[in-house]
Amino acid sequence: MTISREDIEKVALLARIRVNDQQVTELENDLGNILNLVDQLQSADTENVKPMAHPLDAIQRLRVDEVTETNQREAFQAIAPATEAGLYLVPKVID
Amino acid sequence: MQWDVVIGLEIHVQLATKTKIFSGSSTAFGAEPNTQASAVDLAMPGTLPVPNEEAFRYAVMFGLAIDAEIGRRSVFERKNYFYPDLPKGYQTTQLEQPIVGPGHVEIDLADGSTKTIRIHHAHLEEDAGKSLHEDFHGMSGIDLNRAGTPLIEVVTEPDMRSAEEAVAFAKKLHSIVTSLGICDGNMSQGSMRFDVNISLKPKGQEAFGTRTETKNLNSFRFMEQAIAHEVERQMDILEDGGVIDQETRLYNGDRDESRSMRSKEEANDYRYFPCPDLLPVEIDDAFIDHCRSRLPELPDARKTRFKDQYGLNDYDAGLLSGDAKLAAFFEDAVSHSKDAKLTANWVQGELSARLNAEDRLITDSPISGVQLGDLIVRIADDSISSAGAKKVFDALWSGEGDNVDAIIEAKGLKQVSDTGALEAMVDEVLAGMPEQIAQYKEADEKKRKKMMGGFMGPLMKASKGQGNPKLFTDILKKKLDD
Repeated sequence: MTISREDIEKVALLARIRVNDQQVTELENDLGNILNLVDQLQSADTENVKPMAHPLDAIQRLRVDEVTETNQREAFQAIAPATEAGLYLVPKVID
Repeated sequence: MQWDVVIGLEIHVQLATKTKIFSGSSTAFGAEPNTQASAVDLAMPGTLPVPNEEAFRYAVMFGLAIDAEIGRRSVFERKNYFYPDLPKGYQTTQLEQPIVGPGHVEIDLADGSTKTIRIHHAHLEEDAGKSLHEDFHGMSGIDLNRAGTPLIEVVTEPDMRSAEEAVAFAKKLHSIVTSLGICDGNMSQGSMRFDVNISLKPKGQEAFGTRTETKNLNSFRFMEQAIAHEVERQMDILEDGGVIDQETRLYNGDRDESRSMRSKEEANDYRYFPCPDLLPVEIDDAFIDHCRSRLPELPDARKTRFKDQYGLNDYDAGLLSGDAKLAAFFEDAVSHSKDAKLTANWVQGELSARLNAEDRLITDSPISGVQLGDLIVRIADDSISSAGAKKVFDALWSGEGDNVDAIIEAKGLKQVSDTGALEAMVDEVLAGMPEQIAQYKEADEKKRKKMMGGFMGPLMKASKGQGNPKLFTDILKKKLDD
């Protein structure tokens, strides 16, 4: 199976990763190889195999509904590029 | 051309847990920005989510309330998109194996009929933070206190055919989740938010048309307006021979306008995949039984009980049973008043009008159910007139007094219902009105009725407003007609 340049450019855009023409060519090859491996896996007989959501054969443990976190805003905001009035500031986004 | 309207809803219901779905941060409303956003909520590297069991219980309780299959094994997935109020770059949600499977909700319509709305599924997920677009030197402010608040997203089948049905469903869902106590139902704080999918098709046609989604409606009124607006917009396009774009729209309730938010070309590609940070959650019988044991009385059952136990009609029973807190208030009041119809009238009349006028919830009512019950006892036993009752109500509301009988006493509102005393007053007053009596005797039945007021005025004055008007009328009629 192959992947098109358009597919790569679209996925890169969705992931907000900038790729140049040279990299797209390389990715076409690398991702193509991965997809070939997936193709190979597709040929395995999975009729009696249950879909797997997680590689660990375990069940999620749940937490009691009690507040355990304290306010650490000052520590977190110390590493933020811009804050004001307790808010994190980001480039303006309106959709 | 005649069109059929097809509506499906997606409703985000904020769960009233103490903490977030994947962290031990508080979910209390109204805190200072970012003081309830922990390392997990901020997606700091190296943190791992741990699910809140109460969120699962609430979701299961909802599933049981709508007679749905419970997902014995539910799996979290990542829904990937970039937005500053979503620190991880993905929303942790459920897709293939949600916690609540297909169920159904009955709605009552204005013409007295009922309709079943099918629920496709409901899944658990986390809420995003809030973006504040006021101007911070050309930047946006982000408050992540809400990030990670547990939600259930309820997805209906496209079973509604009008704005009326959609609003009836929304109100019913509000009533169910607030009765369950799994959501505070506070729409103005965003505790319930509605996305409406709307499409039109030529009347009678089987296949659905292209739909649009109008997002984030947070009041029943805006929802109704947004639907009317979108139906009209689509109808105009279709009747001009145009086509509907599948798109997401934003509705501005204050201006009754909508605009496109995202178009088809950049149609969302969320690249869902199972979240490797979370294992599948398994729900066993004991867990479900525990949830079932926590189910309170639900609105449908309460409505039926109100009709049986209190003899209320369908309309009164429906209005009083919908909101669990209002229903509790009514029951407090009626347990004292013993007069269900009169109590229903006062709760839906004077009390609701006052609450609405002051934008208060029933839980903030200055008058308790017991006080209203006591007041109704005095109306029912003729101790006070309805005008007097309003005065007592005002005094209770303003906090001028807290005991009904004491207020009646202090304000001299007690009606005189002693027929002997009233008769004496009538005799005295009539003795001074021979001309009017003569005119009355000559008048026909219709005129006589009108003339009664001329006698009642002086009578009420003579009794200092305390004479029972009904008894006065009876006595007067008897004396005059003899």
